[in-house]
Amino acid sequence: MSAIPLVPEPTEALPRVRSNEGLLSWIATVDHKQIGILYLITTVFFLVVGGLEALLMRIQLAQPRNDFLSPQVYNQIFTMHGTTMIFLVVMPILIGFANYVVPLMIGARDMAFPRLNALGYWLLLFSGLLLYYSFVSGGAPDAGWFADAPLSEQPYSTTLGMDYYAVGLLVNGMGTVAAAINLIVTILKFRAPGLSLRRLPLFVWMVLLNSVLIILALPALNAALVMLIFDRYLGAHFFRAMTGGQPLLWQHVFWSFGHPEVYIMVLPAFGMISEILPVFSRKPIYGYGFVAGSTLAILVLSLLVYAHHMFVTGLGFTLDLTFGVMSMLIAIPTGVKVFNWLATVWGGRIRFTTAMCFAVAFPFLFSIGGVTGVQFAIVPIDKQLTDSYYVVAHMHYVLFGGTFFAVMAAFYYWFPKITGRMLSERLGKQQFWLMFIGFNMTFLIQHVLGWLGMPRRVYTYDNNPGWDIMNMISTIGAFILAVGVLVFVINVFVSLRAGKIAGDNPWEGWTLEWATSSPPPLYNFDQVPPVRSRRPLWDLAHPERPDWKHPVGHGGKDQ
Amino acid sequence: MIAASDAGKPEVDNPATATAEAGMAGLDRFAQLNGPVLGTLLFILSESVFFAFLIISYVYFRDSPAVANGPNAKSVLADNFAQTAVFTLCLFASSATIWMADRSFSRGNQGAFRLWLGATILLGVVFLGGQIREYVNLLSENITISTNLFGSTFFTLTGFHGFHVFVGLIALLIILILALRGQFRGQQHNGAVQSVSFYWHFVDVVWVFVFSVVYIWALF
Repeated sequence: MSAIPLVPEPTEALPRVRSNEGLLSWIATVDHKQIGILYLITTVFFLVVGGLEALLMRIQLAQPRNDFLSPQVYNQIFTMHGTTMIFLVVMPILIGFANYVVPLMIGARDMAFPRLNALGYWLLLFSGLLLYYSFVSGGAPDAGWFADAPLSEQPYSTTLGMDYYAVGLLVNGMGTVAAAINLIVTILKFRAPGLSLRRLPLFVWMVLLNSVLIILALPALNAALVMLIFDRYLGAHFFRAMTGGQPLLWQHVFWSFGHPEVYIMVLPAFGMISEILPVFSRKPIYGYGFVAGSTLAILVLSLLVYAHHMFVTGLGFTLDLTFGVMSMLIAIPTGVKVFNWLATVWGGRIRFTTAMCFAVAFPFLFSIGGVTGVQFAIVPIDKQLTDSYYVVAHMHYVLFGGTFFAVMAAFYYWFPKITGRMLSERLGKQQFWLMFIGFNMTFLIQHVLGWLGMPRRVYTYDNNPGWDIMNMISTIGAFILAVGVLVFVINVFVSLRAGKIAGDNPWEGWTLEWATSSPPPLYNFDQVPPVRSRRPLWDLAHPERPDWKHPVGHGGKDQ
Repeated sequence: MIAASDAGKPEVDNPATATAEAGMAGLDRFAQLNGPVLGTLLFILSESVFFAFLIISYVYFRDSPAVANGPNAKSVLADNFAQTAVFTLCLFASSATIWMADRSFSRGNQGAFRLWLGATILLGVVFLGGQIREYVNLLSENITISTNLFGSTFFTLTGFHGFHVFVGLIALLIILILALRGQFRGQQHNGAVQSVSFYWHFVDVVWVFVFSVVYIWALF
C-alpha cells in the first residue's frame, strides 16, 4: 500500500452525502461504484441513440433509390453512428464495468484516485454532449468516424460538425487516458494481501493490459486531432495537399491509434468471457497462463499492424507484405484464447443462464469476425473488398457479435452484484434469441452484399439483382435486434423493481466481488477473505480441497 | 497442458516461464513506487507518445519541396542559434536544480528545498521568456503557423512543449506556495514533490529531442 493516504480520513464527522441520498450524491460522487453506474447508464443511453441512427440508415437502405434520408443527412448519420458506438458506447461501457468491478475483484476500497475517476466520467459525458450539440449548430460531422483528410478539411466540410468532432474526441480521449492511468495504479497498488499478479482474475489482468494500450494509443489520436484543429482554425497546412501538406499523414497518425483501438474495444470483453465461462461451466479457466500471455502478445502486435487499414493508398510491395504478415500473426494469440474457452466449457456442468448464452455465442460470432479479419490481411482481397459491406459485416461481427455480446453477458452476470436483484431470466432468454437472430440476419447477408460490390457509406444503390431483397432482410434483422435492445431496457426497469433478491453470490462465483453484499456497502468489504489462490471463494467453501493445496488447471471438474 | 501454478515452484528451466517470471518480477518492482508517482509516470508515457507524433510530423515535412523557397528551418532558426542555446542551457540546468530540491526535501532540509525549488521556477521562467521572445520576433517577420508547412510544424511542436513547461511551472508554483506556508512537510508529501520533479525532467527530455531535431539540425 502507498505510504500516502490518498483519501484522508476526516477526524470529525463531516456533513456527508450518503450514497443513497438524492441527485446531488450522483453529481458529487467519487465512489467507484456510483461512477461505474453512471458510466453504464450514460453508455446505454448513447447505445440507444446510436442504435436509432443505425435504424434510420437501415430504413433508408431497405429499398433501392429510397429518399427517406438525403445524402447530406445520411453522411451525418453514419458518421455519428460510428463515432457514438466507438467513443461513447463500447470503450466507456468497458471502462464502466472495470470501474465498478475491478476494485471489488481485487479487494480494494476504491480506485487509486477517486477524484480523477469522477473527472474521467464527466469528461466522457461532456464529450458526448459536445458531439451531439453539433446537430444544433448546423450540421453533425459528416466525414466518417475516421475523418479522412482532406474530406475533413475546411473547403470540403463547411459546417462546424468536424470541429465538434475534433474537440469532442479530444475531451473524450483525456477522460479515457485518465481512467486508464487510474485503473493501472489501482490494480498495481491496491490488491488485497496475497493477490499476487499471477493470481489476478483474468478480467482484471486484461483491463490492466488494455489500460496500457489506451495510454500508448490514445495520444496518437490526440496528435492527429490537434493537427486537424490547427488546419481548420489557424490555417496550418498539415493535411492540405494544395500547399504541400500530406493527407496521408492523417491516415498514418490516425490508424496508429485506430488499430490498437480495435483491441482496446475487445480485450476487456475477452476478460469478461474468461470470467463468465468458467463460473457457468463449474470449471476453472483452462490454461490461465496462455490466456494471460496471449493478451500480452496481442497488445504488442496490435501496435505494429495499423497500416493494414491503408493498403489501398498504395504503400508499396514491401510495406504491404510486412503489414499483411504482421496482421495475420495477431490471429494466433487470438485463436489460442478461443481454444482455451472451448476447453474450459468442454466437459463442464454447464448452466445455460442468459449470461452463459451470451458468453457461449461470443466465441462463435467473434470467430466469424476473426476469419474475415484475416482475409483483410491478404492484400489482394483487401484491395478488392475494402470499403464494401464486407468490411461493415466484418467489424460488426467483431464489435457487436463479439464485444457487445460479452457486455450483455457481463450485464446479466454482474447486475445482481450492482443492484442486489436478478435480471429476469425469462426476458433475458427472449432478448438473447431476438439479438442472436436479429444480429445474424442483419450482418451475415452483408458479407454477400460486399462480395457483390455494394460500397459502404453511400446513401443509396441501384436495383441490382438481389440487392433489394438482401438489403430488406438486413433491415428487418436490424429491427429484430432493436426489439432485443428494447427488451433489455424493459428487463432492467422491471427487475430493478421486482427482480428476485440476489444474495451475495447468486452464481457461486469464485472471485472476491462475490464475497461482499449485493449491492456492496460504501466501503466494499468489512473483511477481505484470505487470498491464497486464484479462486479465494472456492478455497473458503471447500476447506478440505483448497486450490492452494491442489493446483488446478489439469482440466478436472469440480462439484 | 499444465497451467502455471501458484502453489508449486515456478518452472524456471523453461525459457518461456523464466521470461514470464522476470516480467512479473519487473511489474512487481514497478508497483513498489507510490501511487501518485506511478500515475505521473504513466501520464508521462502517454505524453511521450503525443510528442513523438509531433516530432515525426516535423521531420516528415522538414525537407518538403513546399518549404524550399519560403521560410524554413535553415533560413529562420540558424541565425539565432546562440540565443536559443543559452535558453536551452537554462532549462537543462533546471533539471539539476529540481533534482537538488527533491533530494533536500527527502532529507528534511526545508530551507534548501524552497531555495532549489525557487531556482527551478526562475530558470523555467527564463526559458519560457526566451521562447516568447523568439515567437514575437518570428511573428514580427510575418512567420506564423499559417505561413507554410515549416510554420505549422514548428509552432505546433515548440508551442506544445512551451505549454507543457507552463503547466510544469504552475505545478512547481503550487508546491512552492504550499511549502512557504508551511503546509508541506514530512515524508507523506514525498509523492507530490517526486511527481512534479519527474514531470519536469520529462519536459526537459522532450526539449533535448526538440532542440536536436529543430535547432541543431537547422545548422546543417
